[in-house]
Amino acid sequence: MTRLHSFHGGIHPPENKRQSNGAPIAPAPIPAQLVLPLSQHIGAPAEPLVKVGDRVLKGQVIAEPIGRISVSLHAPTSGTIVEIGPRRVPHASGMEGPCIVIDTDGQDEWIEHAGLEDYTQYSKSELINYIRNSGIAGMGGAGFPTDVKLHLGDDHIVNTLIINAAECEPYITADDMLIRERAAQILGGIEVIAHLLQPSHILIGIEDNKPQAIRALEDAVRGNRLNIDVVVVPTKYPSGGEKQLIKLLTGVEVPSGKIPADVGIVCQNVGTANAIYRAVHHGEPLISRVVTITGDAVNQRHNLDVLIGTPYKDLLNASDVRRDELYRLVMGGPMMGFTMNSEEIPVVKTTNCIIAATEEEMPPAPPALSCIRCGMCEQVCPAELLPQQLHWFAKGKEYEKAKHHNLFDCIECGACSFVCPSNIPLVQYYRNAKAEIRQEEAEKQKAEYARMRFEARQARLEQEKIEKELRRKARAEEAAKAQASKKDSAAAKPAAAQDNVKALKTAAAVARTKLKKAEKAFLAAQESGADNLAELEAAFKVAEQKAQDAQTKLEQAEKGGAPAAAGAPDIKALKTAAAVARTKLKKAQTALKAAEEKGQDGVEQLRDTVTELEAKSEAAQKAYDDAQAAPAPVAAPVDIKQLKTAAAVARTKLKQAEKALANAQDSGEGDIAALEAKVKEQQAKVESTQKAFEDAEQGGGAAPATPAIDLAPLKEDMEKALAKVEKAEVAAKNAEEKGLPTAEKMRAGVDKLRGKYEEAKKAFEDAQAQNASAAPAKPAIDLAPLKEDMEKALAKVKKADAAAKNAEEKGLPTAEKMRAGVEKLQGKYEEAKKAFEDAQAQNAASAPAPTVNLDELKADMEAARGKVEKAEAAAKNAEEKGLPTAEKMRAGVAKLQGKYEEAKKAFEDAQQQNAASAPAPAANLAELKADMDAARGKVEKADAAAKNAEAKGLPTAEKMRAGVEKLRGKYEEARSAYEAAGGVVENNTEADTVTLD
Amino acid sequence: MNAVIIAILVLAVLALLFGLLLGYASVRFRVEGNPIVDQIDELLPQTQCGQCGHPGCRPYAEAIANGEAINKCPPGGQSTVDALADLLDVEAPTLDAEDAGEPVKSVAYIREDECIGCTKCIQACPVDAILGAAKQMHTVITSECTGCDLCVEPCPVDCIDMVPIETTLGTWKWDMPKPGVELIATDRGRGEAFADQGEAA
Repeated sequence: MTRLHSFHGGIHPPENKRQSNGAPIAPAPIPAQLVLPLSQHIGAPAEPLVKVGDRVLKGQVIAEPIGRISVSLHAPTSGTIVEIGPRRVPHASGMEGPCIVIDTDGQDEWIEHAGLEDYTQYSKSELINYIRNSGIAGMGGAGFPTDVKLHLGDDHIVNTLIINAAECEPYITADDMLIRERAAQILGGIEVIAHLLQPSHILIGIEDNKPQAIRALEDAVRGNRLNIDVVVVPTKYPSGGEKQLIKLLTGVEVPSGKIPADVGIVCQNVGTANAIYRAVHHGEPLISRVVTITGDAVNQRHNLDVLIGTPYKDLLNASDVRRDELYRLVMGGPMMGFTMNSEEIPVVKTTNCIIAATEEEMPPAPPALSCIRCGMCEQVCPAELLPQQLHWFAKGKEYEKAKHHNLFDCIECGACSFVCPSNIPLVQYYRNAKAEIRQEEAEKQKAEYARMRFEARQARLEQEKIEKELRRKARAEEAAKAQASKKDSAAAKPAAAQDNVKALKTAAAVARTKLKKAEKAFLAAQESGADNLAELEAAFKVAEQKAQDAQTKLEQAEKGGAPAAAGAPDIKALKTAAAVARTKLKKAQTALKAAEEKGQDGVEQLRDTVTELEAKSEAAQKAYDDAQAAPAPVAAPVDIKQLKTAAAVARTKLKQAEKALANAQDSGEGDIAALEAKVKEQQAKVESTQKAFEDAEQGGGAAPATPAIDLAPLKEDMEKALAKVEKAEVAAKNAEEKGLPTAEKMRAGVDKLRGKYEEAKKAFEDAQAQNASAAPAKPAIDLAPLKEDMEKALAKVKKADAAAKNAEEKGLPTAEKMRAGVEKLQGKYEEAKKAFEDAQAQNAASAPAPTVNLDELKADMEAARGKVEKAEAAAKNAEEKGLPTAEKMRAGVAKLQGKYEEAKKAFEDAQQQNAASAPAPAANLAELKADMDAARGKVEKADAAAKNAEAKGLPTAEKMRAGVEKLRGKYEEARSAYEAAGGVVENNTEADTVTLD
Repeated sequence: MNAVIIAILVLAVLALLFGLLLGYASVRFRVEGNPIVDQIDELLPQTQCGQCGHPGCRPYAEAIANGEAINKCPPGGQSTVDALADLLDVEAPTLDAEDAGEPVKSVAYIREDECIGCTKCIQACPVDAILGAAKQMHTVITSECTGCDLCVEPCPVDCIDMVPIETTLGTWKWDMPKPGVELIATDRGRGEAFADQGEAA
């Protein structure tokens, strides 16, 4: 015998079971219509498989389970589906739910069915699925799908199987009668369950108020191979509660929030065991159950085997109901059941009892009074809760606190309400509180879900925005690129290339600067004889390499970047490179010399460096020359200009060098040989540049029709050469006089120079001859520059003369030199003059001698005269004041006077020429006349002004008078010009009159 | 004298020690963000309806944390206001809404025959509960709808209704039992007067 335990609380309500357990279970008549709610149990409702109008047979599946916690639904009898829709269902709310309505045909025709031959042959899952498809749900009250409970064995170890036969609620005798009549079947069901769960121990708990059932069970159990104990428990409500029965039989308390399986126990109802037996052994799904029909309002209180879906009405009719006395119709027991408000509500799988009560039997609940805190509810609570506290919390909607007081452990047995002296419907409070809490939680869950969805949406929108932005940017970039490429293709990418070239140029410049610094440092170190020469040299070389690299890159970029305009910048770069190379070479040479003089150790190294540099310099020079030799024809004009500049620069350098040489020779100091070499070098350079320039000019001028060689540079060359010769001669003489050892050398140099001069002269003459003989349509030589040249030369001569005189007066030693310079300049002037005259003659001789612009000449002449006058005035002023500059000024005046004379002469010549050449254009007359008139106007105005001044006795009067005279002269000239041109002066008398006044 | 120096030293060392401890704790157990915002957000109904004047429930939660009034959530109803008051430990104000009762939970319903497929309601829905495409009929996914009625306004053909959620067998709940004791006529007035006084106080 198992030791009996006990649970807390419990009550002993009137049993009222005897009314209905006197008669055996009788089959209920098949009703005309069956209403089968799709949701008959906890879990998801089943999904209908049939449609309206279908004929179904008894035992046919009409709805299949959806989800795990769900079972099938079968047709309890044969008939036709007439409706699938909402009908009133057995629910406390009295609401409608989805139902399948079958019109029975009374034939009760079974579908083909058969039990399992040997259920032990089937696998566990197959068997459980079979039970599920048989529509078996817990028949005790809650209606939990049985297959789920049987499945628990998978993840729980089940030691004890408890078969609940307690049936503690008053009035209900369905299980009692079932056990009495079908104990063997129940045991068969238990065997199946035991086969599935493999418990070590099976307990059948039954209250001691069912002696016949106990006897029947013990008879059935006797001799059974399973370890089954029938445990009789004292009658006490609610010992039939799952957790209470477990406590009662095993002493184990199922923890709050856990299921019995968690403590190794599974509990099944006897009705369920019977249903399993029917299904497994006979193939009959759960289509009927035993229902107790009792209550004072029915005459026949008995248990009926009722088809699921039978409306209460039919059952009540079958029990001879007295409807006039029927006050309340209760489904379930009086403690936990609820009142039904319609007889149309059908029996479902969990319906174990229908109480048709009279008013005396179940009077309306007396009005609830206030809680007196008697504590009786706490005494009877089988769940060991504090019903009083829960009541307050539920009433005050303090659901959190209610939860903390384990509201959800309440089994709603109603014991507390039963004992409450104030008649407080406590259970209803708890049910409400539980529902509220559940709803709150559901809402919270939904809110959480909504927030998740909202945040997901926000994230999505954000993502879309970012993507949009990215796409927009990509598009913009693409568009920009497309545009850029368009532009590039249009402009042959000059901008980028130029930028690149610019950057490279900067880099090259930086590299050069660094190189220079390194050089400087190196030299400084050399001079001071520092120890780290080698290091510095290495640094210097690195810098050099870098500079060269940069330069090369730059050149490449320039070449590649601007192929169209390749010639010019390239040459520049090359030139720069060449210059740099030369500079380096020179420096290195100097350093070498210094080192040699000082007898330092690094001489050998330096010498190597110098050689290297020399090679480099030559290479650079050669590159430059090459580039110059092959300039792009388009770039020629630019090139020529550059070359010209280069030539001029070279010449200047040569001069400087020469000067330095002369100085050195004069003073007999310094390295004359070096200077001489320099001079020679410069000369060579000058020649090369000059040659390049000429070449370029020739190349550039080859395209146009006039291959005229510009004589000017050649002439210049020639002159320079001459000058050099002279200088050199002077220097040589000097040296001879002083008896210097270099005199002989110098003499040789002079000879060389003279040779060069001869060459230059010859070149010039050749060019002249060539020009002269070249194209017959040779354009007139522009006299203006020649004249300018001439004038400049004259000015220089005069300046030099003055300077020489000055020097002589002061007895300076340079006076003689200066005198020589003056002479030289004089020579130059003569040449220039001659060139000018030649050109003039040439122009005059050349075929259709272009009309010399008289106006221009006249303007020149007048300007010259104006200058003369001004200068004169200034000179006079100076003389008056006794300034020392007076004499100088006087000289200047004379000079200007000379110029004026020249200009005048040129003008007159031109006039004559014009007059002699083409028939003077008539239109000119008008111009001349206008000139004349203008002159006269001026004269008049000036005269008037002068008179005015005189009248007022102003000091400027005399000046003004002179101005008037001058203007009059102009007027006379203009008149004569006009007359010469053939015009007739009409109002000359008038003019004379004015003049005479 | 010696004792005084020792005491001062001991106190200084202790102060340094605890200071370090506190400093470490403040770094180690730093609270990211404002936890009160999360708690407030938890209590809000997450309809994202914007009736509070904020673009969603969380912004309103942040605003509340910064001192905004707590009675601006009509979907939450008075119960939300009370819960917020409880959380923030302030006096619960009455709900600031036109019909200050418990809100009726509802879902949007599109009269599908009238829908022209403009997608405006889809764009308005804060929880993506409306299904449809341009020129196609739209429909509300009822289980996702929070009943914020933001989709009603943009509909150009006014084919969206807010339908109250019907109670089903699954959502039905037991009512709170009526107070069993009926007050006698004379007491009733007094009781109310007393209740009014209580409220006023």
